[in-house]
Order: sequence, then structure tokens, then C-alpha cells
Amino acid sequence: MSSKQRTLRAWRGDAAGGEFREYTVEVGPGMVVLDLIHEVQKEHAPDLACRWNCKAGKCGSCSMEINGKPKLACMTRLGDYAPDETITVQPLKAFPVIRDLATDVSWNYRQNARIAPFTPGPRPEGGHRMMQKDVDRIQEFRKCIECFLCQDTCHVLRNHDRKDRFVGPRFMIRIAQLEMHPLDTVDRIEQTRDDFGSGYCNITKCCTEVCPEHINITDNGIIPMKERVVDRFYDPVTILLNKLGGGSKKRPSREVVADEPKAASPAGTHPPAK
Amino acid sequence: MAVDISEIQTITHDVLVVGAGGAGLRAAIECSRQGLDTGVVCKSLLGKAHTVMAEGGAAAALGNADPRDSWKFHFRDTMRGGKFLNQWRMAELHAKEAPERIRELEDWGAVFDRTKEGLINQRNFGGHRFPRLAHVGDRTGLELIRTLQDKGVHSGISVHMECSGLGLLKDGDRVAGMVGYWRETGRFVLLRAKAVIFATGGFGKAWQITSNSWEYTGDGQRMAYHAGAELMDMEFTQFHPTGMVWPPSVKGVLVTEGVRGEGGILRNSEGKRFMFGYIPPKFAAETADTEEEALRWLNGDKEARRPPELLTRDEVARSIYNEVKQGRGSPHGGVFLDISHRDADYVKRKLPSMYHQFKELAEVDITKEPMEVGPTFHYAMGGIRVDADSQMTKVPGLFACGECAAGLHGANRLGGNSLSDLLVFGRRAGLGAKEFIEQTEGRMPALDEAQVQQILDWARAPLMREAGENPYVLHDEIRASMTRNVGIWRDAEGMSAGIEDLQKFRERAKAVKAHGTSQYNPAWSEALDLDGLIICAEATARAGLLREESRGAHSREDFQGEREEWGKYNIVIRKGADGAMEVEKVERKAPPAELETVARATLEQLESGDV
Repeated sequence: MSSKQRTLRAWRGDAAGGEFREYTVEVGPGMVVLDLIHEVQKEHAPDLACRWNCKAGKCGSCSMEINGKPKLACMTRLGDYAPDETITVQPLKAFPVIRDLATDVSWNYRQNARIAPFTPGPRPEGGHRMMQKDVDRIQEFRKCIECFLCQDTCHVLRNHDRKDRFVGPRFMIRIAQLEMHPLDTVDRIEQTRDDFGSGYCNITKCCTEVCPEHINITDNGIIPMKERVVDRFYDPVTILLNKLGGGSKKRPSREVVADEPKAASPAGTHPPAK
Repeated sequence: MAVDISEIQTITHDVLVVGAGGAGLRAAIECSRQGLDTGVVCKSLLGKAHTVMAEGGAAAALGNADPRDSWKFHFRDTMRGGKFLNQWRMAELHAKEAPERIRELEDWGAVFDRTKEGLINQRNFGGHRFPRLAHVGDRTGLELIRTLQDKGVHSGISVHMECSGLGLLKDGDRVAGMVGYWRETGRFVLLRAKAVIFATGGFGKAWQITSNSWEYTGDGQRMAYHAGAELMDMEFTQFHPTGMVWPPSVKGVLVTEGVRGEGGILRNSEGKRFMFGYIPPKFAAETADTEEEALRWLNGDKEARRPPELLTRDEVARSIYNEVKQGRGSPHGGVFLDISHRDADYVKRKLPSMYHQFKELAEVDITKEPMEVGPTFHYAMGGIRVDADSQMTKVPGLFACGECAAGLHGANRLGGNSLSDLLVFGRRAGLGAKEFIEQTEGRMPALDEAQVQQILDWARAPLMREAGENPYVLHDEIRASMTRNVGIWRDAEGMSAGIEDLQKFRERAKAVKAHGTSQYNPAWSEALDLDGLIICAEATARAGLLREESRGAHSREDFQGEREEWGKYNIVIRKGADGAMEVEKVERKAPPAELETVARATLEQLESGDV
């Protein structure tokens, strides 16, 4: 094989099963794994299913497992691997496969719909005021591109399939972002423990490691949320204060999700005709 | 073999919104607020639309960063940037309504960067007199789409993801819905609605070097054109001055104008800051003419004029192109863009995704060394012709907003005016749909099965035929031809050759073969996209050939400079009765005197309050 060739070993199949197939194509300088897939589509397998959009690490569509690691195909350079190393791509393991490299990630969209919306107080004359230093930490969480690589690598979701109990790192930081928002008026702590399963995370930080946006998911998002839960429910002083009526003045989050939101119709589960 | 229409899944809504970028989501939120049952279909997953690629910010005269700003300045800048070919009313509505649309986003959870006083911060951008772009580092589009997505989730909107549009249905003159297919299963779906709003984006995938994603294949323009709507200003295609040029696999990927807004300097291979040599006379009074003055401006001197790097995109793109053509380009055929003179931490904070993009894809540390950049197809000013207030097209009940609509930007769009466009006109399209449904007394249009059958036959053909050409190869040829013949600089010979090529491509597109089944098959999608690409490319070339002048983003080597006469016309395109493309010069209406006075005023007149 010449040095300008590269072999892609891609998982081909659907929910019923599948297998790896190998394709060898010409490659050029600076190419990323997504380029390799596009070359294979052009030359050998036009129907190889693979999601992508921006090709610049900004949309989080081309998530897959590359040589065993959850990664964005558009940000993974071929030069990071030995020249003769085969590139193996397979769909995210934590979610049901649709076809080839595309998985059904609709569960994530349903989790988002369970989270009470941002609920600020009335806007004052001249606009809301927030200091930059007070929004720095939530801006970090808002960098999330919803690639779901953190969800894919989370043991609770990936190995134990406890999607019924834990919303996963992506939505823990979504909740953290709302909870830490200077203008939000909703109390999200009880629901974080009871409905979103904050206790399931055992802070192994795998999610942080795979985040392409380098968000400190565990340290800056999940651990502070766990601490708030502990303070609320397990700190004797807080418990006493709450009993005396001196606790949170915020509205409980369950009251805020008044009408059950219509979940985004997941790929595959088409809404019935009216 | 005919398909039994009664077996096809039918989904019914009051309003169907096609596209889930900023414009589509804002339209859907408005429809839902108006009490309409609203469905959104999108080709990708929710939150992945092209809006996430917008980096620099959303332009709105909030006056937070400079209290002198007002809608009048924004309006004037937009008209001047568009070389006075914008629809006056749209530019007026946009400038007046953008600030409230931005504040509303903050109510919905957007977290913009702050001023020292804690208000929404605003940054400088090309063609804007004052710092005007509300922003979040260099990921403003992501902030906008995520905010609208999260708002939409709790607005009772039904989102149908990974569903592509195939063709519009009509009941007499009015729109009756759309036929689409689920990408996952390849099954067809009938989407019936009382009104349809297109927010389908642009068509940059007809060019080789582009910042656009696979979705940008002119779907909305194609379906509207076939349904009898008109396209306008199609000759104006924006080449963003700064796309990546190296390595080849990322050629065209956007480098935000925010780099220049934060003080980025353009130099050629001789180290010369060449933009000082390209200041057009009409901007000379407002542009710094020495490096010393440009530096003072960067350091906040309000008396200093703006650096020439912040001229409008059309000017900067042409200048870069010329430098490269004159042999003063960088090693990989671009020029150098340098921000390394600013503090490294500041650069990482204000331009984090640029820092990562160059570090990870090009092994360049932008805090230490210059980037190599060159022009890339970025945005279509032209698109579906709409009514300025309601966004309704010529087809009753069909609306268009965002990039797929024409009118706001004229001959050239200012950076930052796209995100605000999506918000202002997305909302207006929603209100327009509400009004239309009331006027038609809420009647659901009838379904014509023959139309459905015709669309299905067309869509199934690439799968059904025994053999045929590879659609990927044909798409590559379209892109090569457009880049060669209808690029930044154009002439009659090139555009005629492009049109000739496109006639052949159209015939070849009728015989492409998509191998495999209909399930999640990108080759089938590629085959279906060809028609829209060819229509938009042909419209660009034909309108460009007719417009014998250079204005804004339309630059002709054989007709250099603006011709006053051409300032009176927009070019409108429609499908003729015989199926051939018709091109027509349409005279512009005279603007209201008040608007004309504001647009033509000098900065001094506006600042003194005389106008």
C-alpha cells in the first residue's frame, strides 16, 4: 500500500446486525477521518450512512467511535495515527444503531424536554444586567455542541444502560447552567436528585476527557450540582433552616414544566397521522 | 410502478415550517405563540442547522457599547453595504426591530458577553459604523440556535427531524403542503398545512470552496421555483474574504470576521498591509488611511476612523483575490491574517473556536503566528422574493425567511446582519402565516393526488433505474464549473460557459443512479439535491450575465464599476410556462423620502441629529 493510501474499516449494518468492511482510498495532506469517509462514499460505498454538517467541530453531528474512542470525525486528523494504521469507525455504542454510523440519539432530546425552561424575572428598564464574571461559568457550559460523546462514554448510560434513572453528563451541565444562571427563578435541586439522577454519577471524569469543547463537565458542572444536592438534603443546618421556612425562595422546577412539552419526534418513531 | 397514496403517512399542521435554523425556529415559536398548531421539519438533527456556524454576532443598534448608535445608523450602514439595492422596507424593519429581538433572546436564556455595566456587549464588524454585534466569543450562532431550540421545546412545537422536502403541493394557486421523506427509513410523508414557511437556507454547495455544509443545496429555492414563486437578486453571492486555505481538507472553512473586528491585520507575502491600497472613494471619508490611525481606533480613540480591514466583505474579498493574482499571496494561495499582536489570553477568550480550529486542523497557533486565509463562498443575498412586511411569496400561503429569502441585503450583506435577519423576519413570517390563515378562514387546502404521484415518481427514479452516473461525481463537476465560471470575478464568456455546462448537467442529473436502498442513503440524497443546485447555479449565472455592471458581491471583469442605471433594477427569475428559466429586470419602487434622506446622509448629519 502506498503512503498516500489509507484503509477505512467501517461498521456496516443496522439494528438487525452488521459487520466491518474495509475500503482503501487515496488520501491527501491534513485530511480528517470525515474526509476519509467522504472519499469512501465517492469511490466505493455511496450509501455508507454517516451524519455530518459543519465539518469544523461546531455542530456535533459526526460523533462516532474511532479506533475505540468516542470522537468527532471532522476534528480527528489522519496524521494523528501511524501512516499504515487502519482507521476503524463504528457507531456510538450507548445508542441504538439506525444504519452504519448513524445512531438514534432521540433519547437525548426527550431528556432536554424534561428540564424546566429558563424562567427569568421581568426584564428591567434598559435590559437585564449581569456581570461578565458572573456568567463566565455558565458560558462554559453553553459551549456544548450536543455531540453526545459524553453521553456515549458515561458508564451509567453505556455499560449499565440506566437511561431510566440518569440524564447523563450533557444534561447535568444543562441543568447546572440553568441553576447557576443569575436571572433564573426556578429551584432545580430536588428534581436534580430525584428525577435526573445526580447520585448516579461516580465522577470518573470520562465525560470530561472526551468533550471536544474541553468543558470541565465533572469539576465545574456535576460536582457543584452534587454539592448543592448534599447541602439541601443532607446538611443538618440547611434542613433546620428549611423547616423554619428560611430555605429556597425559588419555585420548584416541577411546577414550571406545567404543560408536558411535545418531544422532538425522534428519528424513527414517526408521530401518528391525525 | 405507482405508489398507493393512501398508504403514505400524513401529518397535518396549521403551519409547516421547513428548516430549523434561526429563522425556522423563530418562525415556529411565533406561530405557536399565535395559537397555531406548528410543525417543523429539518434535514438534520435539531440544533445542527447552519446557524451554528455563524460566529461573529448579531447586529442590532442596542447602543450598549456606543450610545450614539440608533436604528438610523444601522439602516444607513445596511443600505450602503447593499449598494442601495436592498428592499428599503425590509432594511427599515430590520434596523428598527433587531434590538427587541436580541433582548427577547436574553429573556429566553441566551447569555451574551457583557459590557462593564453588565449589559449585552457589542463588537465591531465590517461596514458597521459603531460596535453593534451582540456576541458570545466567536460562537454566537450556537448560542442563538440553542436558545431558540430550548425555547421551542417548551412551546408546543412538533419537530420532525431528519426529514427532507421533495416538492410543494398546491390547491389552485395556494400552497397545500409538502411531500417529504424520512431520511432514516426512506419512507415518504405527506405534510399538509394551511400555510408553509420556508427557512431552508442557501445554496453554497454549488461552489467548490465554500463555508456551507451539505444541507446548503437550494431546496427551498428549488421547491418555490417549481411552485411558481419568484427568485430575486440571485447574482449576488457573497464570498467571505476569510476562509481557511490550508490544509486542503479544510479549504473554505470560515474564519470569522470577528478576527478583524478584534484588530486582525491583513498582510501580503511582502509583509505589506495591503488594504490601505484598496479603499474605495465612497468609504474614504470613514476609513483610516494610516496604520497609526488604525491603531488609535483599535485602542478606543473615538475620533479615529476604522481600519480598512473592516471594509465590507465584497471589498475585502476582491482585494485578497487581487493580491493573490498579482503574485503576492501566501504559500498556499491566500494572504496572511494576523491577530498575534494582541494579548494571547484575550485572543483565546474572544476567539476561542478560531484558536482551536487552527490549532487542531492546521497546526497553527494564532496567538503566535498569522493565519493563511482566502475567499470562500459564504452566503446568498438572493433567494425567494417576498413581501417585506409579511414575508409571503408570490404563491399564496407560502412564506420565506432567512437566507432563502431575498431583499434585506441587496448586493452585499454586512456581517452580523444575518443572525438579526433570521430573528426579525422569522417572527414576521410567523405573523404573516397567522394573518393568511385568518384571511382564508382556517380552511385546509385540498390534496391533489396527481401532484403527489408526480413528486414521488421523480424522487424514486434514481433508486429505481438499473444503472446510471454516480451523483457525487456530477456534483463535483457542477462545483468545479461554477467556481471556474461564476466565481468572485465574472465575465460574459465565463458565465455563458457556465450556463452551457449547466444545461448538460441538467440532462445528466436525470440519469444518475443511487445504489443501495432508500434507508439512510446519502447517495439518494445527493441525487435528489442536484436539481436545486443546478437551478440556483443557473439563476446566479443568468442574472449575473444580464447585470452588466459591478455592484456589491457581483464583480464583472468586462463591466467594472457601478452603473447608475442598474441601481434602478432588481433581477427577478421565474419558471416559464415552457419550463425554461425566465429572467426579468424589474424596476424598483421609489423609497419614502424620509428613508432616502437617512440612507444618503453623512455621518455628521446623523450624529448631529439633523437627519
